[in-house]
Amino acid sequence: MEQFLQQLTNGLAVGGIYALIALGYTMVYGVMKLINFAHGDLFSCGAYLGLTLLTGLALQDRVGPVAGLLVLAVLVVVLVALLGAILERAAYRPLRESPRLSAVVSALGASIFLQNALMLVYGARFQVYPSGVLPEIAVSVLGVQVPLMRILVVLVSLVMMGALYLFVQRTKVGTAIRAAAIDQGAARLMGIDVNRVILLVFLIGPALGGAAGLMVGLYYGQIGYQMGLLYGMKAFTAAILGGIGNIPGAMVGGLLLGVVESLGAAYVSLAWKDAIAFLVLILILIVRPTGLLGERVAEKV
Amino acid sequence: MSRRLLAGYLAVAVLIGCTPLFLDAYWVDVLCNVGLYALLALSLNLILGDAGLFHMGHAAFYAVGAYTAAILNTRLQLPILWALPIAGLAAAIFGAIVARPVIHLRGDYLLIVTIGMGEIVRIALVNDLGGLTGGSNGIFGIGRPSLFGWKLRRPDEFLYLIWGFVALTVFLFHRLAQSRFGRALNTLREDEVAAEGSGVDTARYKLMAFVMGAAWAGMTGSIYAAKMTIISPESFSFWESVVVFVIVILGGAGSIPGVILGAFLVIGLPEIFRGLASYRMLFFGLALMVMMVVRPQGFLPLRPVRFREADVPPEGAAP
Repeated sequence: MEQFLQQLTNGLAVGGIYALIALGYTMVYGVMKLINFAHGDLFSCGAYLGLTLLTGLALQDRVGPVAGLLVLAVLVVVLVALLGAILERAAYRPLRESPRLSAVVSALGASIFLQNALMLVYGARFQVYPSGVLPEIAVSVLGVQVPLMRILVVLVSLVMMGALYLFVQRTKVGTAIRAAAIDQGAARLMGIDVNRVILLVFLIGPALGGAAGLMVGLYYGQIGYQMGLLYGMKAFTAAILGGIGNIPGAMVGGLLLGVVESLGAAYVSLAWKDAIAFLVLILILIVRPTGLLGERVAEKV
Repeated sequence: MSRRLLAGYLAVAVLIGCTPLFLDAYWVDVLCNVGLYALLALSLNLILGDAGLFHMGHAAFYAVGAYTAAILNTRLQLPILWALPIAGLAAAIFGAIVARPVIHLRGDYLLIVTIGMGEIVRIALVNDLGGLTGGSNGIFGIGRPSLFGWKLRRPDEFLYLIWGFVALTVFLFHRLAQSRFGRALNTLREDEVAAEGSGVDTARYKLMAFVMGAAWAGMTGSIYAAKMTIISPESFSFWESVVVFVIVILGGAGSIPGVILGAFLVIGLPEIFRGLASYRMLFFGLALMVMMVVRPQGFLPLRPVRFREADVPPEGAAP
């Protein structure tokens, strides 16, 4: 029971991170029908920027641990969001009218570029986050000692997801995003500036991804330049699991995948942990390509 | 095949055939690598270029072929070149099994699934599947190939083996492109609905392209195993699939000379600028983005087949 609860909470924390990244995939896909391959690498950028700012600015010493962490998070989120907007401008906008697969290749190029840029700047070795950013205490949940960091990761990801959901469902801009996702042409006729919606989506998605990157750095303490590929693939699996283009779907899919993977690693096989997500991905696409709550993706043959 | 293209092929063949006379062992080895990647890219070209299926797990087929040959050679002492067709067959069967359920997926989804497939294969190899693959150390002590009693050891001997296989492949694939199969794939890529309307069984042809591409990658894998004598999961990582993919896209999807040029550019060129080796992938990422804007069809794109009047059979003649 003890182990089960530990794995469950760990799965929820990892799942929250997957869900935040998955939201970036699903929002971009919803509006542009494009899989943003570089999204996983924007997530890595968030982790690395977080490390640089954490060690470079020493905010913790200047404004205290909690405020320092908040400022750090805001800086990372803003910077990664800007990076996302630049990416959209440079790699995707020139290809708006091209065949879909040209944009996919360009996205792939962007992913390769970002990943290798990170390697050249930071080196190919794993980088370590400084310890003691947050006091390492454990909180008792249902009689089980759970690290504070884990609870924080779960809470922060849930709050961000909730905020995004309210933004998309309740505000005027959110309505514009949903309209552009359903039919770009009709949205344009209704007076919605679709270019701005796309730009906004490319700000919000990478912002959430960057936050996820920072959280991975703080939670695991170790980051590598290639982790964007693995996390990106898993988050994409989460997005498909929930139904791509569907925002609540990405959240549900992410949490579900995190828990399945965490329990699978504990009770089935640790060595095959990374294969679990890919197996889930392939099975869903074969059995139910629309995901749990999503649109149709397979062509009729 | 046009006369100009034939002349180009002959010139390249003669040039490569003479290289051991004036290049040292290192550069001959680089040319061997170019040849291996050209083979991989030609096999991926059947899937990506001819059938238009976005497949980015080609390293998996390469790995299945290499490991099949290596296991047959080290466990059963089968000569490595005898294992070549078996490796091709194993990769083809594997390709058929994995492709059958996913072949109908839309382009970008297929891309993701094939990446996942490639990763599962790599993880399986690292986890020492069935106690046969040797885990992350891989398999070593693979026997040298011998051809008509001649044991191949030196890079220049491998150069002739590899580029001989490239020449055979180029010939066969050009014939294939002219066949019913090739024309069906061509129609399929240009317009799937029209192809189906003209009676092309799209699912079957896509699957056939996949299986043939897998078989060829598998055979290339066995040549790789023979050349290296050691294979390990590292050699079949996601990046291998990416490099082969980049070769096909930059060279010109669907175009056989384009793909060979792509192999020279992507594998050979970085060797010339070796001081900048770590910038290699950075540059390719950028090149992919720029190419999609300025020249999405690749450097040497596929030229549509044209028929001269003389090619058209006279009215009433048997086709």
